[in-house]
Amino acid sequence: MKPWIHIALPKGRLGEKAYGMLKAAGYPCPAIEDPGRKLIFENPDLGVRYFWVKPSDVSIYVERGAADLGIVGKDILLEYQPDVYELADLGIGKCRMAVAGKKDFRDPVGQTLKVATKFPNITRGYYAGKCRDIDIIHLNGSIELAPILGLSHVIVDIVETGTTLRENDLQVYEQIVTISARLIANVASYQFKDEAVNRVLGCLEKQKEDVK
Amino acid sequence: MKTEAVWKTEEQAVFSLRRLYRSYGYGPYKLSKFEEYELYVRNKDFLVSDQIITFSNGSGRLMALKPDVTLSIVKNAPDEPGVVRKVYYNENVYRDYREILQTGLECVGDLGEYEIAEVVLLAVKSLALLGQDYILNLSHMGLVAAVLSACGITGPEGRRAMDCLRRKNLHELERLCRGREGAWEKLRVLAESRGGGQVLDRIRSVLTTGAERQALEELQDLWKVLETSGCGGSIRLDFSVGSDLGYYSGVVFRGYLAGIPTGILSGGQYDKLARKMGKRCRAIGFAIYLNQLDQSEKENSLDVDTLILHDGRTDTAILTAAAQEAAREGSVLVTTTLPSDRHWGRLIRMEGGQSQ
Repeated sequence: MKPWIHIALPKGRLGEKAYGMLKAAGYPCPAIEDPGRKLIFENPDLGVRYFWVKPSDVSIYVERGAADLGIVGKDILLEYQPDVYELADLGIGKCRMAVAGKKDFRDPVGQTLKVATKFPNITRGYYAGKCRDIDIIHLNGSIELAPILGLSHVIVDIVETGTTLRENDLQVYEQIVTISARLIANVASYQFKDEAVNRVLGCLEKQKEDVK
Repeated sequence: MKTEAVWKTEEQAVFSLRRLYRSYGYGPYKLSKFEEYELYVRNKDFLVSDQIITFSNGSGRLMALKPDVTLSIVKNAPDEPGVVRKVYYNENVYRDYREILQTGLECVGDLGEYEIAEVVLLAVKSLALLGQDYILNLSHMGLVAAVLSACGITGPEGRRAMDCLRRKNLHELERLCRGREGAWEKLRVLAESRGGGQVLDRIRSVLTTGAERQALEELQDLWKVLETSGCGGSIRLDFSVGSDLGYYSGVVFRGYLAGIPTGILSGGQYDKLARKMGKRCRAIGFAIYLNQLDQSEKENSLDVDTLILHDGRTDTAILTAAAQEAAREGSVLVTTTLPSDRHWGRLIRMEGGQSQ
């Protein structure tokens, strides 16, 4: 019997795009396309089971083996450093991690820089590399508000089109890293399901080239 | 009831592993719980975690609750020609404020090819004792280091390349190789290869320097021994088994059991650790994280075979006789109320003096 492959998808636009790729790559699951409150969807003929999880939780499900594979943004991998295989750059969900501030922002080099962010580890690593003393303000959403209200000097956040920044009179000052969606695998299940995992990987890689 | 059935999975594992290690001449090694903190500070990168629990002893020296066993064994390793010390241990180590039961073995001293092969074979045999479906991934840090240096990838970039190899991250490895002639062709083969002896042939075709070939030969000789001994089928040559190049020099390996989401066995040859401690000896060993075995325990197993439920009026002698009889066949729990947190097989109700 073929082993089942469990795939964790991030809820939201990225997950839907990723499922689209998997579907086109030969791993469709009709049940997932019906709206409803179900959490797990399976296609027994292909031996594949999908589930939607919060994007920042995908790597946890995969690292702890609840999912064999997952689709996750590179930002989450950089922030949480999970012990997983990073098998492919899917080339979707492209954006960048950047430092942004108010248009009239001047770096207060003589004092501690206050940085608001959802990504404290990435932020800490970036500024440590520049030997800059910072004060991290860990927020969970609406990061853009922080410099407007004077809570922080700058923010470190994901910038996709820059529209939110522009509409709030903010602008990007430095780019930290470019981000895109990655296919990740649980290290142990890869050992026992390597054929099945590599088949998914091969089909996705081909799908990526076809899209190009 | 069989004696083994009353042991927890961990205890069974400890017992059968101990028997295996003794049969190959390894002696027990009992360590003290504490070691001077300085030992760990000097070898910080060797440790899995940097969260070390420390205490000051009576004379003000800073002591650590052991986060690792290997460092203490290598520190006390023999350094004379021809002398080899073979030990196994079963100790709790403390990492990230958690107690972890770790069992393992270390072979230190004037090692030859035989000892290296023996330790890798014992790693495979250990996995076989713990589960039916197991895999040992085997790599060679000398080969990986030689290939990276032949590609001109060193220093911080070398560490990034190692990280890419470890994560099977080919897309970033390719980016790292840009501008270095021939690097991607070589590293790609190393990163993509996984399997048995045919992997060695594939790799040989892309090697160019003497150092690379020498390391490959070492790995090939070992592979031959492992194959002849009948263990080849459960070993995969896989260069994602990465460890710190500053400590590990030869073979490195990681073992997996089906159903356990992380590696359960980790080991390798760490001659460079001995060098850092000012010793000439060589060292190889592995550790097994027995706490991971919990995760493979079967759910819904019975806590007790027979439950004797009485109403408090039953004669103690009758109850005792019934309990003794039940205990001869299996386990028994005598109680006046049905426990909500236990699963039992057979239920005997005793009302007054009668069983029903």
